[in-house]
Amino acid sequence: MSGNHHDRHHHGHDHDHLHPYDPEHHHPHRPDQDDTMTYYRLMEEAVRELMIEKGLVTPDDIRAEVEAMDARVPANGAKVVARAWTDPDFKKRLIETPKEAIAEAGHDIGPMKLVVLENTPEVHNVVVCTLCSCYPRWILGIPPDWYKSRSYRSRVVREPRAVLKEFGTEIAGDREVRVHDSTADMRYFVLPMRPAGTDGMSEEDLAALVHRDAMIGVTEVSGAR
Amino acid sequence: MERDFTARGHHDMGGLDGGEIDRAEHDYALWEKRVDALMMLCTNRLKLMTVDQLRKGIEALPPEAYDEMTYYERWISSVTNTLLERGVFTADELGAKMEEVRARYPDGVMPGGAAGGGC
Repeated sequence: MSGNHHDRHHHGHDHDHLHPYDPEHHHPHRPDQDDTMTYYRLMEEAVRELMIEKGLVTPDDIRAEVEAMDARVPANGAKVVARAWTDPDFKKRLIETPKEAIAEAGHDIGPMKLVVLENTPEVHNVVVCTLCSCYPRWILGIPPDWYKSRSYRSRVVREPRAVLKEFGTEIAGDREVRVHDSTADMRYFVLPMRPAGTDGMSEEDLAALVHRDAMIGVTEVSGAR
Repeated sequence: MERDFTARGHHDMGGLDGGEIDRAEHDYALWEKRVDALMMLCTNRLKLMTVDQLRKGIEALPPEAYDEMTYYERWISSVTNTLLERGVFTADELGAKMEEVRARYPDGVMPGGAAGGGC
């Protein structure tokens, strides 16, 4: 964990901010917590051990869940998007019966309801959870820190265009911006627009264009690599 | 005193003022992933709690605690409270286990919230 976190943090978009490390202009980082014992880490360790001692879980159960979560990454969502872009029947199923379509792609989202929001030339969709952090974690992983922050949760429902601008996204004035507030039982997933100039690209190459933030709706997908 | 059920909870921040979005992200620490894993096991497999109970516990935190604690600090605090309420373990058992764990860290334990800004 420690040592290389300056290199590993990223902003979820790659068209700027690729500046060399500069302490004057760098975002503050949370200290790594793996090397500092805190009260709540201690609580986690104690609760985990009690659960194991009582035979409710095993260390393997915990490890398997951590590994399952590590396997939930935005690239999974990107593959779903690329397939929807290249297979009209799949796209139809993805929008009409998202859970089944996502299962086809190999992702079980359990009892959760999933709503797929298609971006069009007329409508741009963006996702938030104003009350907490609800997020399509089965296909995107754990939400980024900013998604859970007070500033994003408070502002995106009130001034979405200004927030999108901070992410480098300008939505044309005559294009509607719709903000969708997730719930514990229902999560949203944005199907971005396929960028121009990508005709003939393979599904795999298309998937590589799709980044996490486009599936939250704070950015769009660019055709330029 | 009459309770105002329409009052906005501290966690309910949609539409309020907020500053510029800090887009820095951190890699999740193993202990944070373990909290997440524990929650998944408690909800899906063990049926000891629901996502709404997790949220209820987080929303019940005093505003200062909500702002000071990191995301997974809030989670483990809520999960632990729910498991105590459910009688999965007692407060005495938890206290004894926490002392046992504390003794493994001779360099000491930082107070909660000290390891990162609220999110």
